[in-house]
Amino acid sequence: MPNGTVLTMRGICKQFPGVRALNNVDFTLRSGEIHALMGENGAGKSTLIKVLTGVYEKDAGSIRMDGIEGEANIHSPQDAQEIGIATVYQEITLCPNLTVAENMYIGRGKGLLVRQKDYEKKAEEILRSLGIPARPRQQLASCSLAVQQMVAIARAVDMKCKVLILDEPTSSLDEKEVQMLFSLMRDLKSRGVGIIFVTHFLEQVYEVCDRITVLRNGELVGEYVIEQLPQVQLVARMMGKELSELNSMNEFGRKPMGSEEITYEAEQISSSECRPFDFRIRKGEVNGFTGLLGSGRSESVRAIFGADKVTGGRVKVNGKSVRITRPIEAMKNGIGYLPEDRKRDGIIADLSVRENIILALQVMKGFFRPLSRAEAEKFADEYIAALNIKTASKDTPIGSLSGGNQQKVILARWLLTHPDYLILDEPTRGIDVGTKLEIQKLVLKLAEENVSVTFISSEIEEMLRTCSRLIVMRDRRIVGELTGDDLNQNQVMKTIAGGEAS
Amino acid sequence: MTREAGKRKGGVGQLLIPLIAIALLVIFNLIRDPSFFSIETKTNNTGNTVLAGNLISIINGASELAILAMGMTLVTAACGGQDISVGAAAAIAGSVFVRIIRGAAPVTGGTVIGAFLACCAVAMLFGSFNGMLVAVFRIQPMIATLILYTCGRSIAYWINGGATPTIDSPITGAIGSFIPGIPVPTPVIIVAVMALLFSLTFRFTTLGLYTQAVGINESSARLNGINVTLIKLVSFIILGICVSVAGSIGVCRLGLINHETLLIDIEMDTILAVAIGGNSLGGGKFKISGSILGAYVIQMLTITLYAMKVSSTDVKAYKAIVIILLVVIGSPVVKRWFTKVIGNMRNARKIRGAAKEGV
Ligand SMILES: Nc1ncnc2c1ncn2[C@@H]1O[C@H](COP(=O)(O)OP(=O)(O)OP(=O)(O)O)[C@@H](O)[C@H]1O
Ligand SMILES: [Mg+2]
Repeated sequence: MPNGTVLTMRGICKQFPGVRALNNVDFTLRSGEIHALMGENGAGKSTLIKVLTGVYEKDAGSIRMDGIEGEANIHSPQDAQEIGIATVYQEITLCPNLTVAENMYIGRGKGLLVRQKDYEKKAEEILRSLGIPARPRQQLASCSLAVQQMVAIARAVDMKCKVLILDEPTSSLDEKEVQMLFSLMRDLKSRGVGIIFVTHFLEQVYEVCDRITVLRNGELVGEYVIEQLPQVQLVARMMGKELSELNSMNEFGRKPMGSEEITYEAEQISSSECRPFDFRIRKGEVNGFTGLLGSGRSESVRAIFGADKVTGGRVKVNGKSVRITRPIEAMKNGIGYLPEDRKRDGIIADLSVRENIILALQVMKGFFRPLSRAEAEKFADEYIAALNIKTASKDTPIGSLSGGNQQKVILARWLLTHPDYLILDEPTRGIDVGTKLEIQKLVLKLAEENVSVTFISSEIEEMLRTCSRLIVMRDRRIVGELTGDDLNQNQVMKTIAGGEAS
Repeated sequence: MTREAGKRKGGVGQLLIPLIAIALLVIFNLIRDPSFFSIETKTNNTGNTVLAGNLISIINGASELAILAMGMTLVTAACGGQDISVGAAAAIAGSVFVRIIRGAAPVTGGTVIGAFLACCAVAMLFGSFNGMLVAVFRIQPMIATLILYTCGRSIAYWINGGATPTIDSPITGAIGSFIPGIPVPTPVIIVAVMALLFSLTFRFTTLGLYTQAVGINESSARLNGINVTLIKLVSFIILGICVSVAGSIGVCRLGLINHETLLIDIEMDTILAVAIGGNSLGGGKFKISGSILGAYVIQMLTITLYAMKVSSTDVKAYKAIVIILLVVIGSPVVKRWFTKVIGNMRNARKIRGAAKEGV
């Protein structure tokens, strides 16, 4: 092994039923570098990582680690941990009903008698040094998704590792938390740790990474030093074609303002999770809720859909007073909701892609009117093609799709119900650049077809591109509403931070 | 599409274990006694020509178990837990059935139907009680049903005032054994009817999809508009119907109700049938046909052991051994190991083939 290399993977192949997830892939990691692993949804990034960490057995190829004679024997995540590979997987894999400290230390210490006090103290130190706002004895479920993500990283960091793997760790973090994570990564890098970083945020790659390896359809496209691969080229390598729209995207121009008619109107609506607020959206309008994580933006839309216990308020849909306290009532009134937490609230992992796509439509049709198999297959085929969902077949369980493709299936589910008002909470989370644009365009197209859309995203630019009105939230309250010329990054940041709203 | 994906689509894979188990038991018995499964016709004491033989008594004897296993599958899938009160509830249902039959002076077809409907209603009521505890109060199914498991047979005792009364009407007799002119045992026909009802329910309603959705991810199911509480409740109510059918068959077979022994210990066999059928006891995806096969596996095993003159106390121990084997073989760990071994063998063959060509 050449000097400075901590890890080499050569000729890795991995086949799943109906998919060749990895085909002869090479990967090299040097110590003290941050190495981005890039590719479209379903390119094989997570699979490569899971082969490295022993979650999957590779079909062929070899893995070598610095300091180990011959091939590294990795057959389980424990094996990987023991030789110094620490991992934060794409989907959080902690136990929500244990405490933060327990989550950081379960399955670790060799001895059976690990003193609770000891590890709680150690956890406290690490959390403090990383600036993670969680207490060791707090139950994990009571932390926000972002904090849970940070805890997963803290767990990995504490294991004296040579290789740290982060699979889309930033997809649910806000700007400040991302910076916190980056400084942590740079710190580890300076101590000689090699870091593998998977993300769909191109700016982040250029901010922290030294090298990029690109995968496409399970094959290696190439390895590049960051300076030699400008962003446009990176995208081209990932997609296998030029993405000419990337630049023109900013000039989307006409933003759908909607017509005069009001699709949905709520007065003083409140739920167990959010304070009373007023809200209305016009036919064909795209609006957004923005604010930091935990500002109450997700809770607000959940109240609209009846996802949490609705505690008050008057609601009108298309001018008629209606009662919406449960999801089914919202659906019957033409409202669709793509939830923020895909794994917890979106997918039904063991059911097929087909069943996952038709689920909401089926529920709306009713208990005694099941869709025929032929109808279901037709819908599934239609949306798999329309959204370009990468799956071995429509009978594949959704749980075995790549993260981004799972998200597309959930999106398909709601498009299929042809809602009048569609609420999208972080629809582009975990979605590759090309598809992100597709989804933004889809939202604009829906608006043209007179669908009202609420679009929530942690990426403000994405919202600025699509929304004609932004509702800004802070501390679970609406603190401003921006339209027209106020719709720019500065003004949004200022309002979020507590400056004067216009 | 590869072969494996094709297999998953058909879903036959899940039935492999019970089918293999049945095949092994059949072969074992045939070696032991080539005439073991021979079916003969004979004339029974009411003058009917009927089918008889070990095979018939296995299929017939498994009827109550098979019916309970169907309902249990649904509860397991929706709630991720099991109802351990089915035996006790069946004793209650059977007692109600007997009490109404005995209350009628001439027992007509109408009386029997009325008695069945009444015991069905009672069983559904107890089912809803269990269901409420599980779906509304979110108590673990095993804990929730422990209540009825404990007190069910006492309730059954009260219904007939502590006696073990008999019923001897030709109609109930026919339900428990043979209908004149039909050579197939009536319980077997009832199992077929129940299986048909289940498959029609799954065909003409979305119960199957909803139940699996609830069992796999409750939160997602709710956000897709499914009434999670209702689905869990319904699963227990349907199990209640199964309990009343099994209980009625049980008393008709014996011609009396003994609240202490009717379908005693059947809850564990029922749960095992569900597991042997390849269904996850943690809920989610399910296959009713698997559970029915599972019931027949258990009964075939029991009859085989009796035929081998194993004493009834020892039967339980032998059964346990076989069941452990079946469950372990069906476990994901062993399955993964098998796929790996098979894969390695294929690779080895390929390499050897290549080497030969080289020479
Ligand atoms: N357990 C599995 N069973 C079957 N197929 C799988 C499994 N895991 C992954 N795949 C398939 O392998 C391919 C690569 O998936 P992978 O998760 O590695 O993609 P990815 O690059 O991480 O994508 P994303 O950016 O969406 O997370 C996909 O087509 C996926 O459907
Ligand atoms: Mg991935």
